[in-house]
Amino acid sequence: MISQVIEKLITNFNYVVSITLFLIGLYTVTMKSNLIKKFIGLNIMETSVFLFFISLGAVRGGKAPIMMGAIKGPFVNPLPQALILTGIVVAVSTTALALSLMIKIYEHCGTLEADKLKKME
Amino acid sequence: MGIAHHFPILVVVVPLAAAAINPIIGMSRRKACMPFATFAVFLSMIMSAYLVAKVYFIGPVSYHLGGWKPPFGIEIYFDELSASSLLITVLGLLILIFSKKYIEKKLPAEKVSTYYTLVLLNVAGMLGFVVTGDMFNLFVFTEILSLSAYALVAIGGEKIAEMAAFKYLLVGAVSSLSILLAIGFVYSITGTLNMRDMALRLPEVHSLRVAAVAFALFIVGFCVKAALFPTHIWLPDAHAIAPCPVSAILSGLVVKTGLLGILRVFQVYRLTGGVLDLTPITTILAWLGTISIVMGAFFAFFQDDIKMMLAYSTISNIGYIVLGIGLASFDGLRGGVVHIFNHAIIKVSLFLTAGAIIHQTGFRKLTDLRGIAKRMPITMAAMSIGIISIVGIPPTNGFICKWFIALGAMEANAPLFAAALLFGALFIFAYYIKIVNAAYFREPTRKEIAEAKEAPLSMLIPVTILAFACLMMGLPLAYLPVRYVKPWIVALLRG
Repeated sequence: MISQVIEKLITNFNYVVSITLFLIGLYTVTMKSNLIKKFIGLNIMETSVFLFFISLGAVRGGKAPIMMGAIKGPFVNPLPQALILTGIVVAVSTTALALSLMIKIYEHCGTLEADKLKKME
Repeated sequence: MGIAHHFPILVVVVPLAAAAINPIIGMSRRKACMPFATFAVFLSMIMSAYLVAKVYFIGPVSYHLGGWKPPFGIEIYFDELSASSLLITVLGLLILIFSKKYIEKKLPAEKVSTYYTLVLLNVAGMLGFVVTGDMFNLFVFTEILSLSAYALVAIGGEKIAEMAAFKYLLVGAVSSLSILLAIGFVYSITGTLNMRDMALRLPEVHSLRVAAVAFALFIVGFCVKAALFPTHIWLPDAHAIAPCPVSAILSGLVVKTGLLGILRVFQVYRLTGGVLDLTPITTILAWLGTISIVMGAFFAFFQDDIKMMLAYSTISNIGYIVLGIGLASFDGLRGGVVHIFNHAIIKVSLFLTAGAIIHQTGFRKLTDLRGIAKRMPITMAAMSIGIISIVGIPPTNGFICKWFIALGAMEANAPLFAAALLFGALFIFAYYIKIVNAAYFREPTRKEIAEAKEAPLSMLIPVTILAFACLMMGLPLAYLPVRYVKPWIVALLRG
């Protein structure tokens, strides 16, 4: 029974790692009081999802699927990588917006601790 | 062929390109930003009107981006649900016209072009969201509309606005990530991102557990975007603090994308006869919707700030729509989907009239606004029509949806939900009557009110058009949206 579970965990290694990272990130977002730490948590969550996508496309010993000459498969799946490039762009813009908001909040309130900010409202 | 063939993508591309060009125009001629943005949205409106008519008479339109055939290429699939693009563009146009005077007064001059750029981005994001037939595209457009919405909340520049925007950003980003993870899960088992292809392949997958987890992540993500009861915490602050036209976009349209997202996911997973039994989820949704109705109405009752009241009322109306969807019966779904349409009109109308009053007087508390109806009769008349509509009194457009949702509750053998719906409507009536009472029947407490003038024409025109729409979409034309979405709902229920 336990060996079966462990075997499943090992074969679905990518799921396990990304979910663990996702939950670590979620914990940081919800439980930490400092806004910067909250945002680092969000970045961890983003990375976990990206890693999961990338691991979907990976093929052991796979080559880049560029049709040139007599290259034969197996090929890696290029689609997740293309998706995640877009995903990274989105993540960067979210980070930029969040950081600029944090700068503004710090300028106005002089603190980035969520519990102190709550009292100021 | 011709240019009309490319309309499904041009609907999105025109405002998106305009958003890119707008800052350049803003650098040299700040005054030109507003007409430019309005023109772009107007073009998009004409194109979506054409497509909406085409869907009605011929059927859904499929457009292949770059000529790549789906499921390999990205598909734009314009169906009855995508017809909300017409709603988005018409309301966007009215909000832009309203913004002209309001934003000039509210924002510093250098931020005006930023404002119009963000509104264009937001509208483009929503349009993309409703027309796309590709899962990953759905995520990208969600992010475009969410990011611009966070920035729009903070644009006022007060410290409370920035905190509200940050709260909105944190919650929104987590929900977006849950949607992205769900897309990853579904992609890992079906190997496709095209929604229609996904719907075909889901019954053949070998790992149903992954499909179930993905479904849960989708629903949670979109529920947060729609501000359904336990996840509504970000909404009141963000919607009440933003400038009024922004509140109108957020409350009227942006939260609706979350609901449309839920409907899209139902479409992919098939509401009935699909690979998963969705009854537990729809039951939970119906309950959460009911709780939202009651909680939203309850909190709104104790607000003195007129915009806070409207923000809580949004939560309660989202509850109505989700209840309709959760009932999963023909009438319930019909009422829910049509309420997406009608509530958008009503809520934009209410926020814009509130904006006109705040613009003219500078007050936003009901106690300060007593007796305003004498000084601003047209605005207050429009607001009263909005109030009658949102309560759901028969000749207006709010009635028909609540009627259908109540019928749906009866059809699903759950009269308790119909009772909760009626109770919510009474509560809503109670707190909206407070506004009418303060404006019409109380003596002014502030001397500024006695000197207030009627709103300028650029605000009165959108407001009167919206009030007129509330009346026309009531009994005279109520059957139009109902009949329009019927084939879509029949297809959804058939599975």
